[in-house]
Amino acid sequence: MNVLWLQSGGCGGCTMSLLCHDAGDVTGTLQAGGIELLWHPSLSEQTAGEALDILDACADGRQALDILCIEGALLRGPEGSGRFHLLAGTGRPMIDWVRRLAARAQHVVAVGSCAAFGGMTSSGCNPTDACGLQYDGDQPGGLLGTAWRSPAGLPVINVAGCPTHPGWVVETLLGLAAKAFSAADFDALGRPRFYADKLVHHGCSRNEYYEFKASAAELSQLGCLMENLGCKGTQAHADCNTRLWNGAGSCPEGGFACISCTEPGFEEPGHPFHQTPKLAGIPIGLPSDMPKAWFVALAALSKSATPSRVRENAHADHTVVPPAIRRSGLKY
Amino acid sequence: MSRLVLGPFNRVEGDLEVTLEIDAGRVRTAQVTAPLYRGFENVLIGKTPLDALVFVPRICGICSVSQSAAAAAALRAAMGLTPAANGERVSALVLAAENLADHLTHFYLFFMPDFARDAYTGRAWHAWARARFAAVQGSATADVLPARAAFLELTGTLAGKWPHTLAIQPGGSTRAVAVNDRIRLAALLRRFRQFLERTLFADSLENVAALDSEAALWRWCDARAPHEGDFRHFLVIARDLGLATLGRASDRFLSYGGYAIEGAPLFAAGTWQPGLAHAAALDAAAITEDGSHAWLQDPAARHPFGGRTLPAADKADAYSWCKAPRLDGGVLECGALARQVVDGHPLLRELVARDGGNVLSRVVARVMEFALVLPAMESWVQALVPGAPFCRQGAVPEEANASGLVEAARGALGHWLVIRKGVIANYQIIAPTTWNFSPRDAGGQPGALEQALVGAPAGEGERVPLAVQHIVRSFDPCMACTVH
Repeated sequence: MNVLWLQSGGCGGCTMSLLCHDAGDVTGTLQAGGIELLWHPSLSEQTAGEALDILDACADGRQALDILCIEGALLRGPEGSGRFHLLAGTGRPMIDWVRRLAARAQHVVAVGSCAAFGGMTSSGCNPTDACGLQYDGDQPGGLLGTAWRSPAGLPVINVAGCPTHPGWVVETLLGLAAKAFSAADFDALGRPRFYADKLVHHGCSRNEYYEFKASAAELSQLGCLMENLGCKGTQAHADCNTRLWNGAGSCPEGGFACISCTEPGFEEPGHPFHQTPKLAGIPIGLPSDMPKAWFVALAALSKSATPSRVRENAHADHTVVPPAIRRSGLKY
Repeated sequence: MSRLVLGPFNRVEGDLEVTLEIDAGRVRTAQVTAPLYRGFENVLIGKTPLDALVFVPRICGICSVSQSAAAAAALRAAMGLTPAANGERVSALVLAAENLADHLTHFYLFFMPDFARDAYTGRAWHAWARARFAAVQGSATADVLPARAAFLELTGTLAGKWPHTLAIQPGGSTRAVAVNDRIRLAALLRRFRQFLERTLFADSLENVAALDSEAALWRWCDARAPHEGDFRHFLVIARDLGLATLGRASDRFLSYGGYAIEGAPLFAAGTWQPGLAHAAALDAAAITEDGSHAWLQDPAARHPFGGRTLPAADKADAYSWCKAPRLDGGVLECGALARQVVDGHPLLRELVARDGGNVLSRVVARVMEFALVLPAMESWVQALVPGAPFCRQGAVPEEANASGLVEAARGALGHWLVIRKGVIANYQIIAPTTWNFSPRDAGGQPGALEQALVGAPAGEGERVPLAVQHIVRSFDPCMACTVH
């Protein structure tokens, strides 16, 4: 399958992240999996008119287009004109190009939360009237409209994330090439379920601190980041702590909060990112699927049961009290 | 006279259009257009100051850490904080990893593929260049991407992920380093050093760093076969094509100074131009931006503390979303070459003294930074003290004017932050490519690339003149940062 990749109103970070794919070289991995890059703004030889020849051929239907990847939000402003982003060399709004090309593509993939939902580019007063391909924040619609379906029968595939993990993009593209997906493989927001059915909380190395509500009070401390420092890992749909980033990391692993960047509207949480909003001392954003009464009861119980080791380490940036050595092989 | 509109100009970061007027086979005038506006500066107004650390990295996916570092520096100045020594080194390591990874991406993926083009068929070096550097298909891609990914595991370890980390804070960094982390980081840097010494240089970093004159550079180049080391191969191509004669801009250079540890920068700050024995001190108060040729209201030249960014898409005589930054009214070039000539690197000063800033000297400076920065990174890792603090805390004041000036891969990046009543009242950003790819100012003075393109050969049959491509890409532009 061929891929045409365009960058719209975004930062290019999803491409940069893609190049960090750690199993060999990502272009070779894609080629071996049957993915041919028709054109990519960062990688292809063709530039200017040479590149426009390819885009025109796809838009006119002279060149079959299998997968259209869009990175970055779609800028509809000012006043619906799309002039905040004219595709260089064409004088035409990028949103026109995307509409024309999407009509020809077998599959359309939104790479990153900007292309999926509007993302960071739509934050604040949304100065450019940015939206996603098929969502405007959490509202269905966006540039292509709710009813849009590709010839393959799928809505836009939303590989949400800011940025996307390279594995999410590679596995989505290879899965499309292998015809491995049906509509059931995407969640209610169009995200691939292979990563969106997980929570960032799964596999978080701070889990023991979470269990005992032994919370960090300041950045760089080892404790759980949920109670005070804005972490949304117990609600955020992604596999960041089981897949890991750049060989070793994740946001909580790097010492800062998960800001739930795979979620529509993450860019405007309504509170400072590094502070957990609370009501009567209880975080407003409770872990997914957890009844509040049980959370409150368990939190109270686990706080009173916290071992002093966990409590002390939670407020340090390295282990100050090591775990007791137990003879786990004891026979009786 | 003919007119040529070039876009989408790819293998640069972000969206770029270049319009040329060509006369008798030469570029007579050039206009550089940044065709994408997002409005980050306006989005930040009214936000809690520390939230800037979430927003600004997302201005740019390739300079993400640089944007973090500039915001953290501005907040640090506002808060009056001294960062933890460990955290300062970790922040420098994460920034250096981004900058060197960007240099690698530029050299192998953005710049060199042009020499594999069919138009160079028949040149002595072409068959090898095509096999090695052709876009996507060349053998270099499969060597470089795994080396780059492995190198950026440093950022995974120290900052959670790349791009868009929140690990760099005003008081240091959020991820404390244990003794085994330090061992892993040192091992990872050794692996990257091996890659550079085997693949890029076919020589030690120390031997490359010691090249102190043009004569020494060419002697080094000719000491081995042309394809032994990708840098040597570039030099052979550059000499054959006369790349030193292409792309001269204003020959005034700006650097904010790179990688300050405990007050001492690895590379000095200041301005320099040929003829000066010593760099001049930087007067950041003399920086202005004007919007006379940008699709913006309020064209007046203002210092960024009072800067405004108000779109006016229908404005006549405008041709870019980019403002025109000037220092004392002058056009300055920034980037690795500027960083090195301001710091006084003898080879680069000699190259610039002879031929000015050009395609050759810009690329040599960038590649030279591998040899200068990686050993510094090794020493920063050794100096980390597990158990000592990595992050100091502080309070954001209700009122402040503060700036954060750092060196991104592409050069001088400045953030100017105004806090009133505890929230952001103004936030202005001048990115490296805002300097280099600036449009004309109110006085009609063209920006650095606009100057660099004048006189470039543009043959009749050339759809996208190769000399123009080499010149544009020699700046390693980042359009995502340019207009934010």
